[in-house]
Amino acid sequence: MKNTMKLEILAQSVNESFARSTVAAFALPLNPSLSALSDIKTAVSEGVTNAIVHAYRDETDEDKKKIFLEAEIFDEKGRKGIHIVITDHGKGIEDVPQAISPFYTTLDGEERSGMGFTVMQTFMTDMQVESEPGKGTRVTLTKILDEDER
Amino acid sequence: MQVSLQERGGVLYIFLDGELDEHTAADARRYIDSAVLKYTRINKAVIDLSKVAFMDSTGIGFLIGRYKAFRRFGLPVYIANPNRATDKILLIGGIYAIIPKV
Repeated sequence: MKNTMKLEILAQSVNESFARSTVAAFALPLNPSLSALSDIKTAVSEGVTNAIVHAYRDETDEDKKKIFLEAEIFDEKGRKGIHIVITDHGKGIEDVPQAISPFYTTLDGEERSGMGFTVMQTFMTDMQVESEPGKGTRVTLTKILDEDER
Repeated sequence: MQVSLQERGGVLYIFLDGELDEHTAADARRYIDSAVLKYTRINKAVIDLSKVAFMDSTGIGFLIGRYKAFRRFGLPVYIANPNRATDKILLIGGIYAIIPKV
């Protein structure tokens, strides 16, 4: 079994809940455990929040603030899971290793934990971050579900 | 996100109900920080998370923010009843070293 979906949303915080709930609903045919589903929701929320809070911080044209979500679920040859790609065309990240390190935040005065990437990394099986300053950022998340979640 | 406050025996209980993310945190923050000023005879605050259906890392920043805000009044803060998913986020954030669980 394989299925794919694409979603394009404006980078507005009201869409955080919409994005994570939509991806979670899309993953349901995999029969994920409640805890795996909650991990997926949380990771999507972190990725989308990053794009909203950081990527388009300096963008004044509201119509340009777009976030693209792609997801693919698969259940083949005894392996099942979900790939999620979150893309923005925002300001990009100068130093990715620094950005993904725990507790690192560029917004000290705003009660930000600096734990977004750490949560994505911990809650998912794999996380890849590609970014180019001035061009945007792409975060690829993979969650492999356990055999016993069949 | 609904927030309600209740005072019992010198303890201020803060009940959060709903989803805590970057979108909902700002209102909850404003509400709590202004409401807490009405309680002058409390000696500690307990933030009850039993009805938090979803929380991402915004919650870590939010809780540390309340810890810092309440510290100005000399009020220690505790966390009560996180569900399993909330607990997982809070453990990764190392938050219980600062705000103990009751």
